[in-house]
Order: sequence, then C-alpha cells, then structure tokens
Amino acid sequence: MVLSGWEGESMGDISRERRGENPVYPDRPGTSRRRFLDYLLGTTATATLGAIVYPIFKFMSPPQVIESTENSVVAAKLSEVPVNTGKIFKFGNKPGIIVRTSAGELKALSAVCTHLECIVQYRPDTKQIWCACHNGQYNLSGKNIGGPPPRPLEEFKVNTRGDDIVVSRS
Amino acid sequence: MKLDAVTSWLDERLSISTLAKLASKKEVPLHRHSIWYYFGGMTLFLFSVQVVTGILLLLYYRPSSENAFESVQFIVTEVKFGWLIRSIHSWSANLMIATLFIHMFSVFFLRAYYPPREITWISGVFLLFVVICFGFSGYLLPWNKLAFFATKVGTEIAGVVPIVGRPMLRFLRGGDDVTGATLTRFFGFHVAVLPATATVLIAIHVLLVQLHGMSVPPNLLGQPVKKMKFIPNFLLRDLIGWILAIGVLAALAALFPWELGEKADAFAPAPAGIKPEWYFLFMFQTLKYLPAKIWKFDGEVIGIMAFNFTAVLLFVVPFVDRSPENRRRRLIFNVIGVLALLYILGMTIVGYLT
Repeated sequence: MVLSGWEGESMGDISRERRGENPVYPDRPGTSRRRFLDYLLGTTATATLGAIVYPIFKFMSPPQVIESTENSVVAAKLSEVPVNTGKIFKFGNKPGIIVRTSAGELKALSAVCTHLECIVQYRPDTKQIWCACHNGQYNLSGKNIGGPPPRPLEEFKVNTRGDDIVVSRS
Repeated sequence: MKLDAVTSWLDERLSISTLAKLASKKEVPLHRHSIWYYFGGMTLFLFSVQVVTGILLLLYYRPSSENAFESVQFIVTEVKFGWLIRSIHSWSANLMIATLFIHMFSVFFLRAYYPPREITWISGVFLLFVVICFGFSGYLLPWNKLAFFATKVGTEIAGVVPIVGRPMLRFLRGGDDVTGATLTRFFGFHVAVLPATATVLIAIHVLLVQLHGMSVPPNLLGQPVKKMKFIPNFLLRDLIGWILAIGVLAALAALFPWELGEKADAFAPAPAGIKPEWYFLFMFQTLKYLPAKIWKFDGEVIGIMAFNFTAVLLFVVPFVDRSPENRRRRLIFNVIGVLALLYILGMTIVGYLT
C-alpha cells in the first residue's frame, strides 16, 4: 500500500499509526515502525562504531609487562666500587645505585629520582646523591634533602658474598 | 596558440580562473606593523623545509633502539650531504618554533583574533601544540642520552596529571618505561600522525586567512590604510625572506652542525648540565624552582597543572577579548601578554645561564 502524505488524511487512526504517527498526539512520534527502524539504525551504528573504536583503543594501550619479581641481585664486584664513588646497577628492569661512602660503608638505593624519573648519580664532592635533571639532592640514606624531589629514594639491603655485592629488597 | 588551448582545457575542468580570481583578491594592508605579516608565511615555509628534509632523512633512518643512533650516525658521517640535511632539519625545526612564537605573539598583540577570526586563532593554537609535539617526538629519534632523559622527564610530566596522566604516560611510552617501544611510537607520531594533522590544520588556517582577509590592528581602524596585492607583490617580498631563510639555515648547518651526542643508555645517570630544548626551558626552569611540596601537593604537580591551564586559556582568548571598543579589556590583555612574554624570556635566559 502506498502511503503518501495527503492520502492518509482521509484514513482512520489505525493507518495513521501504521504510517508512524501517534494517533493521539499527531505532532509527537508514536511507537512506530519508523521509530523502531531509527532505533535499530542508531544502535547498529553505535555498536559498529564501538566495535571499530574499542579494538583500536585497546591496541594503542601497551600490554602490561610482568614486573620482574627479582628480590635480590648481584649488583657489582666490590672492586668496581671504590671508596667515595657510586655505580648504577640493574635491579630487574629498573636502575639502582650502589654507593661506597667515604667511611667504606656500602649503600644501595633506587636510582630513579622521585621527581620526574631521571637517573641519579653519586657526587663525590658533596657526598650526596644528585639528580642532574632538576638539581634534586638526597642524602646517603635516600632522604630528599634539597631541590624538587617530593619523596625519598627507596633503600635496599646490601650484603657482600665474597667479592660480590648482593642487593635485596628489604 | 598551443598554451592558450592547454590553459582553457584545464580551466574548463579545474576552474583555475576562479581560483586565480580568488587569490588575486587577497591584499596585504601596509602600515607600521606590517612587518609582522611575514612570520606566518615564514613559519609555513620552514614547515615545508621540514617536510622535504624529513622525507630525505626517512631514506636512511631506522626507528629501533638498536639501530636509530647508528643510522643517524651513518647519515651524518657516510651519506653524501647527510650532515647538511640532518642539520637543516634540526635547525629549521628550531627556527620554525621561533617564528611560530613570534607569529603567535604578534597576532595576540595586534588583535588579529577579533571576530570573525576566532577559529583562525584556534586552529593556530592547535598548530602550536602540533608543532611542539613534532619537536618533542623528533628530539627522541636520534636515541641519544639527552633525548632519552628529555623524553623520560617529558612523558613523566604527562603522567603527573591527575586521573588521565598514568594511562597517557603508558600510551606515550608504549609501556611503563622509555624503551625501544617508545621510540617506535614517537617515530609513528612524528612521520605519520602529526604530519597528517598538521596538513589539515594548515589548510584550515590558510583558507580562513584567505576567507577573512588580512586583519588590520584595531588602533588603525577608521584610518585610511594603503594596501598591496598579495600576488605577486607581497609574495615576492615573502620570497626574499624565504631565500634569506635558506641562507641562514645553510650557514647554521655548516657553522654549527647539530650534535649527535652519546647513545642512550637506560642504566646511566642523567648527564650533568642536562637541559631541554630552548622552547621548553622556561617550564624546565620553573619546575626547578618549585619547592617539593606546595601545601598538600607535590610542587611539580602544581606547576604542571598551571602550565596546562595556561595552555587551555590560549583557546579562550578570542572569546574573552572580542571587542575593539572595550579599551580596558584591551589594556588588561596587553599587560597579560607582556607579562607572559617577559616571564618566558626571563626564565629562558635564567635557564641558559644557570
């Protein structure tokens, strides 16, 4: 049946409804085939868009790499860290720093600056841990004592096993 | 004539005469501030230098943490004129950012964002951010020590932003740390995402300038202003500037070739005296001065949020200051502009000296 605009006017309420109009309030949309199709179209479009965007979004966020659960590591040989020097070592996939103080004591700390993640170094002249990026300073227990760093460096336990320096999470 | 036949054949199909008519309509007002009209075109010219030299570098560059440094080394030592192309790319990038800043501040002070030019301004602010992203992503590509730490700090700054920061940091780095994955991503941004974005934005920006014509500063409104045809008169003047720019670039590349530095090492301390590129220096210096804690918050969070906030403010400028009649507001905006300029200049100089 062809239902064009003016033809319908002579018809009753049933055909109005069938045409997609609300028989009670002609100016409002009714629960009609038109609305239903619009609804289907809308949800299909949204779902399709979602099915496209979601994988793209997930693809862009990198997979979580399992953090190394290494709790202790042979960081260096004793001979590699003379008195009043520091050395960067790998602790899992993060850098740590061993310092042999002028008193000969060994200290091990995280080498990742708590400010903006630069790698710190030991300064023999000031006998402090220093970050070159924004002039952050820590004492040899890792406490932030100057510059912008907001938190102390994590301190690790140090043991010696023969000539090996063994660092472990406390 | 043969040529006439070809021209009319093309014109029938491409409507060249309509475009030519449109282009010939463009005029450049001549007044005591006309010098500032050159900087937009100059920025565009330097951008095209970037496109050409960038494509050339792509012929040899290899985007992986094992090969990147060595491939740039190969370009500057083995490839014929490799040193020249690479240095021009680096120098042109820096000059482009400089001319872009000049262009932005001149547009700001000459009020070229008054209605109906708000969208031109907004597209320009987007271009500013795109160009800064170009600089930031390109800086990492040689995979040297300075770049490595600059990227660490820069992405960490993104990570400091509350809520969205951490996912954004992982998105930028391609993981939790700056690694080869970061390099690959930055390469993709630098040679595909950003050029495509920039092309669209530049098209919008330039079309809008064409649509609205060149803006005349509000304090010259109501006075008779002489005008010059853009084609060919002003374009020829532009051309002289561009030829000068090529000369400057070649001279800079020859006299101050861009350094390559040492290869990045994820387990080496940040080198002493490390500094970001000059256009980040004022923010870097600010971060250095901020105390570890401001009230309950980490100092750097406050600083970074303040800079983010200022960046957002740039977008609303044309909606707040929009009437040449409101002299008070004009004065306030002039003062803000001058203070911002002084702050940037001051902090940059301090950053250089310390």
